[in-house]
Amino acid sequence: MKEVRPATRIEVALLVAAAVLPLILQALGEDYHIGFATRLLIFALAATGLNFIVGYGGMVAFGHAAFFGIGAYAVALMMTAGIFSAWITWPVAVAAAALAALLIGAVSLRTRGVYFIMITLAFAQMIYYSVISLEFAGGDDGLSLEQRSTLAPLDLANDATLYWVTLALLSICLIALKRLAASRYGRALTGVRQNETRMAALGYPVQHIKLVCFVVGSAVAGLAGALLANQNGMASPSQLYWTQSGMLLVMVILGGVGQRFGGMLGAIALLGLEEVLGRVTEHSHFYVGLALLAVVLFAPRGLAGLWTRQK
Amino acid sequence: MTQLILEQALNGLQFGLMLFLLAAGLTLVFGIMDMVNLSHGSLYMGGAYFGAAAAQASGSFLVGVVVAMLGMAAVGVILEVLLLRRLYLRDHLAQVLATFALILIANDAVRMIWGPQPLLLNPPAALAGPVELFGFIYPAYRLLIIGVGLAVAVFLYLLISHTRAGMWVRAGAANREMAETLGVNVRQLFTIIFALGAALAAAAGVLLGPLLAVQVGMGENILILAFVVIVIGGIGSIRGALLGSLLVGIVDTLGRALLPTLLRATTAPEVAAHLGPALASIMIYLLMAGMLFWRPQGLFPARA
Repeated sequence: MKEVRPATRIEVALLVAAAVLPLILQALGEDYHIGFATRLLIFALAATGLNFIVGYGGMVAFGHAAFFGIGAYAVALMMTAGIFSAWITWPVAVAAAALAALLIGAVSLRTRGVYFIMITLAFAQMIYYSVISLEFAGGDDGLSLEQRSTLAPLDLANDATLYWVTLALLSICLIALKRLAASRYGRALTGVRQNETRMAALGYPVQHIKLVCFVVGSAVAGLAGALLANQNGMASPSQLYWTQSGMLLVMVILGGVGQRFGGMLGAIALLGLEEVLGRVTEHSHFYVGLALLAVVLFAPRGLAGLWTRQK
Repeated sequence: MTQLILEQALNGLQFGLMLFLLAAGLTLVFGIMDMVNLSHGSLYMGGAYFGAAAAQASGSFLVGVVVAMLGMAAVGVILEVLLLRRLYLRDHLAQVLATFALILIANDAVRMIWGPQPLLLNPPAALAGPVELFGFIYPAYRLLIIGVGLAVAVFLYLLISHTRAGMWVRAGAANREMAETLGVNVRQLFTIIFALGAALAAAAGVLLGPLLAVQVGMGENILILAFVVIVIGGIGSIRGALLGSLLVGIVDTLGRALLPTLLRATTAPEVAAHLGPALASIMIYLLMAGMLFWRPQGLFPARA
């Protein structure tokens, strides 16, 4: 049984290191990398949400890009309507993603296994094609943001501030998901993942438990999408496309399914590798792909599994 | 109007038959080995590139088709023996990771060899023009595709339902362990199926090459359509794949052509202008989600 223990020294040290990173980069004159580091954290957040669904809930969802994209488009659309405050648009982005997940999840959770993979994929593709055929959503071009969201009293136009806000939100989500996983609900969820029939026989509302998990993980993706729209300066259809869902799922599997930091590790490893290889070759994806194959064959429990003990 | 409907119906049939070439291999891999293979679209792309390069070098479209099919069958055998074989008993997540990695590798490999620009693939000169068919004009090349697609469908039908190897395949799809216990060499059978599936995907790639663009990323779009087809048809069933392909091809093509007109006739023009294209492009996904909701085993369930 899991105990909620206080953060370990390593976790605190990592958080402090992450917090001072922009100062170091500024001192080195490598300001460009602050934006890249923010991107890493945003994808870490989206992958963390997916890891909650896949790893804790045991549901292989293949449509996470839908909720990621909905968050981004919510922020961009509200900005075209003249609403700039992040205090309004970000919660709305999260709520929009959660609502979409509630509707999609309620239907999809009637299926299981490969059928669940396929139905979440189908819904995500519906959202992708709907968005690119809507003129007011910018069609194939996506929607540009006039400026970053305003988050009084902070100034998000400053790259380092956006980074710190992202880091804070990622930390909050990680802690909240850890607590949720250790709560009564989290234990019931683990029970459902391990043996759904038994939990149903014990009188637990199995469908309800799974749906909550799906909605929570997707809402986290909505928040990540809102942040990514700010970082990229636009909401792009490619963020909704199925390959984005695939990428997020790859991050989770790479990092370690069901490991607390699995999503985060996978996102940072994958995007980091892409960036480093991008410096030396035009064809970084070729080598990223080979590295992923090596992980599948030689590290079946993902990167996090390399140094955690077998449960 | 009838002219338009008839022409679009033929286009739908043609697209559906090409989807069938893709879906046939995918559904067997999925059905027999319970393997989610996201890289099937890369075999399609590989076929198109092999075919375009061979057709350019030799000046013959037919040579392009043959090279594409043989080349991708060989690639399929290598992939299956070296990699996929290790994944059959792993969970779907490992399969997703590995086959998604293959997409990344294939896309960049194509860029390394042929560059980022799309390749040009011309239809055979003899079939470049239109023909008259029951009083209306239709491109000859599209007719050829329909003919080839139908021939392959008949060939596969005979192969699966009237030969011993086909019987093994059906047995494997219905219950793999049982088939193995009864002495079917599923391992070897599967290498052959995978090679055949790769060759068919390559054929689809090279045949559609003159109609769609031969470019990086072409496999990602059509892969999802192939998944839609096999889910609707029933995973593991060739018959289901054929029916699903035709359904998806015709619904998609006719929907795009007719829905905006229909909506304009029934609703306000500004509603129709927005709703028409959106509805047309999501119709097949609605079909798929509906099928998964009400009849997840598909039209022709293969599993016993």
